[in-house]
Amino acid sequence: MKSVIKVQDVRTVFGQKVVHDGLNLHVLEGEIYGLLGPSGCGKTTLLREMVMLQKFSAGTIEVLGLKINNIRHKDAQSLRRQWGVLFQAGALFSSLNIAQNIALPLVEYTDLSKKMIDEIVAFKINIVGLNSSDALLYPSQISGGMKKKAALARALAMDPKLLFLDEPTSGLDPISAREFDELILHLRSLLGLSIVMVSHDLQSIYDTLDRVAIIDNKKIAYEGTLDEVTSVKSEFIQTFFRAKNE
Amino acid sequence: MNHSTLHLNYTDDKLSLEFSGEFSLYNISTFETQLKDIDISHVKNIEINLEQLTYLDTASSIFINALYTRYKNHNVTLLCSNKEIQETLELVKQERKKYTQIPHRKKRTFLETLGQNSYNNYRGFLAFMAFIGELFATKFHYLRSIKNIRYKEIAFELNESAIKALGIIMLTSFLIGVVVAYQSAYQLKIYGANIFIVDMLGISMFRELAPLITAIVIAGRSGSAFTAQIGAMKITQELDAMRTMGFDPYIFLVLPRIIALVIAMPILIFIADMMSIMGGMIVANINLAITPELFLDRLSEVVAAKHFFIGLLKGPFFAFLIATIGIYRGLMVKNDTQSIGLNTTKSVVESIFAVIVCDAVFSVLFTNLGI
Repeated sequence: MKSVIKVQDVRTVFGQKVVHDGLNLHVLEGEIYGLLGPSGCGKTTLLREMVMLQKFSAGTIEVLGLKINNIRHKDAQSLRRQWGVLFQAGALFSSLNIAQNIALPLVEYTDLSKKMIDEIVAFKINIVGLNSSDALLYPSQISGGMKKKAALARALAMDPKLLFLDEPTSGLDPISAREFDELILHLRSLLGLSIVMVSHDLQSIYDTLDRVAIIDNKKIAYEGTLDEVTSVKSEFIQTFFRAKNE
Repeated sequence: MNHSTLHLNYTDDKLSLEFSGEFSLYNISTFETQLKDIDISHVKNIEINLEQLTYLDTASSIFINALYTRYKNHNVTLLCSNKEIQETLELVKQERKKYTQIPHRKKRTFLETLGQNSYNNYRGFLAFMAFIGELFATKFHYLRSIKNIRYKEIAFELNESAIKALGIIMLTSFLIGVVVAYQSAYQLKIYGANIFIVDMLGISMFRELAPLITAIVIAGRSGSAFTAQIGAMKITQELDAMRTMGFDPYIFLVLPRIIALVIAMPILIFIADMMSIMGGMIVANINLAITPELFLDRLSEVVAAKHFFIGLLKGPFFAFLIATIGIYRGLMVKNDTQSIGLNTTKSVVESIFAVIVCDAVFSVLFTNLGI
């Protein structure tokens, strides 16, 4: 299968602190891929590097066939239209309501009529499990779970091939979290997305992920399916996955 | 509650420390002073007796363990049969092995602090230069096509930072006109040079005071607003979200604000000019008996139009400084609420300072050019 993201020998340094040292992984097309690891191991940093929010010191990252190290402005812009990113707290634009938030990329990047855009927005709102009546609310007026759903709808607005999720279930109650997992699985089968997510939620990890990369001690401690993960000798893996297997 | 006592029992060459009651962290300091002054040089055996204790918390366990190590050379023994207390002691002992002391932060010498601060300021300056560079790089990109200009945002910012500021600008400049005229009227009267109030007001207001007052009000009003808005957007990751969607924050947020302020400033300065002259005119009429007709006649006679135009010309430069500093400070906000306050303060102080420096440069420049 074709890989959508290739990370090779990535090294990240903050001041004197080395976060990643020789990181390698690849994400295949159509899979849900998890980045796991103890707090502060640089999962979110790696995610931010993949979406070009942060520079890395050495190595290469290739996303959808394009190397992002010294990417041209035009290529970068085309990449950005092909992915969607869901931030931990949603990061909805506070000056716009939900419908306007979702419509924004459509308004900016396409010549679609207002009617068509409204139609698309209504569809996206519906697909993530929000009510059409919520569309006119502002981010400050809705709950955390709704914010995540609305942000997911915005990430899906341009029908991306690739979706990045930063702790999608954190801060949600267990029921909403399971609903969110199902939603992600549903969307994957519906839209054929490739998904990269950072998660701490064990239930969510077992329910949704096809393959995982575990970052520990600046390197990838394990990459592969969850079935064989416990065979790896790593303190983090043993502690993290023990609860589930007992 | 928390009643605990320590008895010291000397027998021959043996010292017995008998703890009793409920030993918790409130008692530690008392016992510490009690034990500090005892002489143990001739004591061979020390016994820590916990038989009478009914309760021991973890802090006190650490204390007991510390005592144990302190008296290591005196053949120390521990008497304790209460199982719970034994467990607490054991727990603390086991945990203690796992960690090392938290290292103390090294105190910096004066030279080190000075060096660090200088370096940080140097880095800050470089970052500002990088910001200006990126601004111009984007600007060229942006102005390549007229389609790219975001009229809606510019109009919105014009309303926010110009139209809504009209009231305060009018009031401030009117009052400045009144104050300056009133103070000079008194002096001029002594020499009977009443009519020269027109020359004085005209030149000082048009050329220096009106632009400066406007710039200071706008720096306090719009500069701080820019910093706080963009800083808050950075904290909530809205800026990151924009970047990943391919919307350059420079085009969506930065340039519209700068362009709007550059357009607004000369207009505001013009209004300030008019209002301050009006203030001066009223004072001249009341205090010096100069009629408005006479005032205006004299004004057009003695005050050259260049003073007025120089004042307006300064506007866009001041606006550019205020807007760039305000926005730059907003982008410098880190991921905590403290830094919004800090950067907003810095933004206002730095932009007022920059405006005054810029004004001084203009003063020297224009005088040398003979304008």
